[in-house]
Amino acid sequence: MTKSLLSGLWLTWRHFRNADKRRAPVPVMDGDYFKQPEGLVTLTYPYEAIPVPENGRYRLHNEIDDCIVCDLCAKICPVNCITIESVKATEDIGMTSDGTKKRLYAPVFDIDMAKCCYCGLCTTVCPTDCLTMTPVYDFAEVDIKNMIYHFTDLTPEQADEKKQLLAKQQEEMAAAKAAALAARKQQ
Amino acid sequence: MLAFLLTLMLLLGIVIVLAYAERKVAAFMQDRMGPTEAGPYGSLQSVLDVLKLLQKEDIVPAAADKKLFKLAPILIFAAVFAGFAVIPFTPDLIPAGIGIGVFYLLAIISLDVVGLLMAGWGSNNKYAMLGAMRSVAQIVSYEIPAGLAILSVVMICQSLDFQEISYQQGVLLNRFPGLEFETNWLFGIEALGINTTNIGGITTWNIFRAPLLLVAFVIYFIASLAESNRAPFDIPEAESELVAGFHVEYSGFRFAILFLAEYSMMVLVSLVAVILFLGSWNTPLPNLTTLKFANWTTGTIGELSGILWGSFWLLSKTFVLLFLQLQIRWTYPRLRVDQLMHLCWKVLTPVALGLVLLAGIWRLLMV
Repeated sequence: MTKSLLSGLWLTWRHFRNADKRRAPVPVMDGDYFKQPEGLVTLTYPYEAIPVPENGRYRLHNEIDDCIVCDLCAKICPVNCITIESVKATEDIGMTSDGTKKRLYAPVFDIDMAKCCYCGLCTTVCPTDCLTMTPVYDFAEVDIKNMIYHFTDLTPEQADEKKQLLAKQQEEMAAAKAAALAARKQQ
Repeated sequence: MLAFLLTLMLLLGIVIVLAYAERKVAAFMQDRMGPTEAGPYGSLQSVLDVLKLLQKEDIVPAAADKKLFKLAPILIFAAVFAGFAVIPFTPDLIPAGIGIGVFYLLAIISLDVVGLLMAGWGSNNKYAMLGAMRSVAQIVSYEIPAGLAILSVVMICQSLDFQEISYQQGVLLNRFPGLEFETNWLFGIEALGINTTNIGGITTWNIFRAPLLLVAFVIYFIASLAESNRAPFDIPEAESELVAGFHVEYSGFRFAILFLAEYSMMVLVSLVAVILFLGSWNTPLPNLTTLKFANWTTGTIGELSGILWGSFWLLSKTFVLLFLQLQIRWTYPRLRVDQLMHLCWKVLTPVALGLVLLAGIWRLLMV
């Protein structure tokens, strides 16, 4: 009995003596991840963090300059957390970085991270790879409204302007069409 | 009055350090980090804990017996704190140098039980009541082996005065009035012919002066764990069964006092263990021929050096014992009530009784 009592004390003493060692914050991919039997296991989180795997699925990010507003992501989303409104561009608005022609503005491109289930389907369907998952996972908010991320690059005034431009262009086109129709009838 | 204030300050300081050490030691033994945020390495944690407790509302339950409930923490702390009155901190510094210090200490600590029962009964809460009943049963039982272990020391030292017992365990033996012509022999055996009176150090500690007191020390230490309700004898406040035991209903300042009393009790029993068995304020280093380690690390009585060395050795030995208490808490699981009583009445008490007999024979034959 004395032996078991002493071996118990020896065990706690050994842990106490090893308290100057710390577990290194190595990622799970590392070979040493499961081979650190000694030292304190606590990770002082805000000051240090275990790196996340490269294929980890965390917060979404949309690079709006590369977005062609095709709406595929919003359609495949199983929880409907992506809201997109589109406005046709009246003039040439350039290309994405992979050479696809952009034809639409996005006055609204919202992702509700509180609804997001982090499945990653939207990133796989994205034709221009502008919608990606970043390694950021610590983005809690006090107000749930702040969980809705707005990715549009247009201010509301600019969006209104684009809408008016489009309406004007459509009006002109309709007028031109009507004029052409009237001209044909007169012949 | 000065002694009262100084002792209170010293005690508060030790308890603050101990509460911090408890959290850190517990954390390290469980591979955690413990407090890290408040101050460097979390060192201000226990100070802030106390400040927080002092700001809290003092809640007295509507159904409680209010007089008993309010009085109990003060009585518990007063009983423990009164025990410090007879503790010799240095060769010439003792709050109250009375000749029957050991007897007084045992008597005054027993008052603790009354306070615990008042707290448990006055709370009008079943957990508090159960905790208090267990506490009283445990403390009353374990006072017997502890008292018998102390009795064997008293028989061998022939004194109830803590200061006289302290002087007997070091190179200052002949400086105590009445002990001028005493001698210490190695292991207390005169036949060996090795006079350790001037060697001092660890060779004159009670556990070496009379080796059978080593057994008494182990018995006393186990019993003292139970008396201060420490794990593995913490059934009175077993968190998993009784929430917190007798102090469930307490909050704010009164809880702080109970907490202080509990830690003071730990300090007190460790101090008594050091004084009775581990050489009190005497240095552990012996004089070796020309290397007078014992003399060098004892200082001069009545001067600052004597006070500093004395309190240094006493407190460092006490902290070693306190660390052992903490380590035991984080090593052993809690005993069941029947195991607790079995250990007390069927193991420790008979062995302690045998020790008292042996101590008497030892006193007759060896000195």
